[in-house]
Amino acid sequence: MTGVRAQQSGQAQAGQAQSVQAQSVEALSGRPVGELTLEAVRRGEISLPDLRIHPGSLEHQAAVAEAHGNPQLAENLRRSAELTTLGDDEVLAIYEALRPGRSTATQLTALAASLDGRGLPRCAALLTEAAEIYTRRGLTA
Amino acid sequence: MTVPGPEQPVGRIRFMDQQRVNLDGFAVEDPDLGLVALRSPHDPGPGLVIRDGRVVEMDGVAEQDFDSLDAYIARHGLDLSVAAEVMALPDTELARQAVRPDVPRAEVIRLCAGATPAKLARVLALLRPAELMMAMTKLRGRRTPSNQAHVTNRLDDPLLLAADSATAAAFGFREIETTVPVLADAPSNAVACLIGAAVGSQGVLIQCSVEEALELELGMRGLTSYAETVSLYGTEPVFTDGDDTPWSKAFLTSAYASRGMKMRVSSGAGAEVLMAGAEGKSMLYLEARCIALARAIGAQGVQNGGIDGASVAGSVPRGLRELMAENVMVMMRNLESCSGNDALMSESDMRRTSRTLPIVLAGSDFVFSGFGSIQRYDNMFGPSNFNAEDIDDFLAMQRDWGVDGGLRTVPASEIGELRRYAAQACRAVYQHLGLADFTDDHLERAVDAAGSKDLGETDTLAVLSAAHAIREGGLTVVDIVAALDDTGYEAEAEAIMEMTRARLSGDYLQTAAIFDEELRVLSLVTDPNDYAGPGTGYEPSPPRQAEIDEIRQARGVDDLRAEQASAAELLLAPAGPALAGQDPRDVVIGVSPAVGRDVWRSLSGLTVPEVLGELLAGLEEEGCAGRVVRFNDTVDLGRIGLAAARLAGSGIGIGLQGKGTALIHRRDLAPLANLELYSVAPAVTRELYRLLGANAARHAKGATPDPARNPYNDEAIEARYHTTVIALMALERAWVQPGEPAEQLSKEGLQ
Repeated sequence: MTGVRAQQSGQAQAGQAQSVQAQSVEALSGRPVGELTLEAVRRGEISLPDLRIHPGSLEHQAAVAEAHGNPQLAENLRRSAELTTLGDDEVLAIYEALRPGRSTATQLTALAASLDGRGLPRCAALLTEAAEIYTRRGLTA
Repeated sequence: MTVPGPEQPVGRIRFMDQQRVNLDGFAVEDPDLGLVALRSPHDPGPGLVIRDGRVVEMDGVAEQDFDSLDAYIARHGLDLSVAAEVMALPDTELARQAVRPDVPRAEVIRLCAGATPAKLARVLALLRPAELMMAMTKLRGRRTPSNQAHVTNRLDDPLLLAADSATAAAFGFREIETTVPVLADAPSNAVACLIGAAVGSQGVLIQCSVEEALELELGMRGLTSYAETVSLYGTEPVFTDGDDTPWSKAFLTSAYASRGMKMRVSSGAGAEVLMAGAEGKSMLYLEARCIALARAIGAQGVQNGGIDGASVAGSVPRGLRELMAENVMVMMRNLESCSGNDALMSESDMRRTSRTLPIVLAGSDFVFSGFGSIQRYDNMFGPSNFNAEDIDDFLAMQRDWGVDGGLRTVPASEIGELRRYAAQACRAVYQHLGLADFTDDHLERAVDAAGSKDLGETDTLAVLSAAHAIREGGLTVVDIVAALDDTGYEAEAEAIMEMTRARLSGDYLQTAAIFDEELRVLSLVTDPNDYAGPGTGYEPSPPRQAEIDEIRQARGVDDLRAEQASAAELLLAPAGPALAGQDPRDVVIGVSPAVGRDVWRSLSGLTVPEVLGELLAGLEEEGCAGRVVRFNDTVDLGRIGLAAARLAGSGIGIGLQGKGTALIHRRDLAPLANLELYSVAPAVTRELYRLLGANAARHAKGATPDPARNPYNDEAIEARYHTTVIALMALERAWVQPGEPAEQLSKEGLQ
């Protein structure tokens, strides 16, 4: 029954800029997107990393955002490309550490240094800046 | 008679007091409390000082005094290369550029990137309603407007969620947002909506709005595909009370993107006022800070326009203008606008329509950030400004104005099939994965239900335990796909896999992105708004226009002909030529050309033979004899009545159109004159027709009866019946033959 009404909207003209990299998209696992089929699910070959976005795709989208007048979105996407390398729990832990009153400036700075050392310089910069402003605005633990 | 004293207002005022609008709260403007829409005396003036490429003063605050919002905006939110240019531009000039069709959107976007919050607040405060609509038409990022639905229910019932999700998807909503009355049910709601949406339409994005960590977890497992309840506030204390900082929100924004999830932030007027933290600033200025921050942290879009505080804005002068200005400001910052209208802001149908209509007409990336696709009582976000009660109204509004609000009519039979299929698929998956078992009766009820109250008693603990199993078992979208496939729902399994693949390119992380039903991404990048005045910009394609126009209530002449034919009887057969009567008690009832042919039911619901029966009975009661004569050369009731009078021995005639309009005529009157008239055919009763017959007889006898009076009521008679009248008159006119003589009709069977 899917797509029983497949003609929604005056959207036909919009296909023009389909993903320019559609052929080369890979999942975080490195598996080409084209291999993520129902057949592969039946064979039990698909797991979560196959469904996760690849940092390369995020880098590509950052460049697109930059070219469409939004460098801040681009920066966000570049930070997010870095975060693809971290596990869910660690991502949530860093978020928690950044909430008001959770961390001392020293803790934030140390976390920043650790991230920088692991190839996440943009995330590190965010934490470094947070340490500075939190101290001035009384948002540290 | 009651004479009102000085302490009691007159009846006219007492009557006005009773109207529903007076249930709403209206506040006296009070800048100190932040109860002021567009401009407070405490708002700072716009200003920006840049030294060595660094913002050292913004909107009157020096860098060392920046709060955390100022600091984030100043460091990340402004394009300093255009800042000097835009800050030097007079407010009116920037306001005009936002409105004028000949100034390209890109130019406005370029300039606004360097504008401070106070600058944009001043500029937006200048725009009047029609100008806000022009600005929204031009400045929204995506060319094609769209809409978002709330799908929730009081019981978190999965089968009902699946059926309602399929329904919302079929109606055209491209995002579905669910939430829970019981937090722990969230994983179950996400799964049920995912399955339902896949049945209703391809490419619908799903959100489960809950506490941030759980929401992110559901997204990480691929069960949901976007988030929007990431709240920003306009003052530092309220922001901190919300347990976040600009940096934690910036990080969260990246966290969502890192898992390939679309995300927008949420803000809007009234939030700070409600928390007594507005610091005397206007709603628009505080929101300007939120929007600047949204851009600064790299969110692709903003849900605003009051949201939970919409009625706070609605309580002050110019409040609705402020809500729309918020949406336009988001667009000026080159972000996706999800334009509010998601909280019932008034008890008055007129006020809530007035709040929403300009945005529908102008078109937004999402006209609603949650149209309640379910009934008000089932909306676990609280009633939206429009709900299931209003879907037909909304479809009619789209059609009335010829605008695309994102919705479409779905044939009733198709809705039935989709709901059944979705509920069955959901039940099969829950059973297959050992989550829960649902009875046939439960399924039937969910398919038919207009809301959760129609489900009867359900096992809500089973839902909780299913949700627990989904969460603890670590189920992902792959498990749902496999279960659908194993239970015979291969097409839906394939659809979800296709969507999962499509999301991996990240194209839908761009500003204002949705998927269409062919899984093409429509966004600021792929479907940019190119409005530049009349004849440009978004226009529904012919198939889409047909979807908008063809609401299920529309009727044509053929529909009416069939309806009339179903009331046809073997009566009113021609009975020879109509001759002039000689008897002074002879009264002729003249009927219109289609009577006894195509027109059988009058607008009151009485059949034409029933109406004639009453007229004849009334004549008889007063000692007159009636004849029925069909006039074949005119549809004009005055002419029919006069011609009938001229044939009648008494000189009195009754004219009756098949639709039920009737009058009494006399042979010496002008055609357009009459003695008595029922012009409101839908409201005429059997008793009134009988009275008309009796009065005609009294006229025939030379008496002067108390005239029958037109029945009036307060219904929109014309709205209800004009389309039918047009079709009935077309049927009548088709039988008109100039010069064709009148003919007597058989009275047999009329009484």
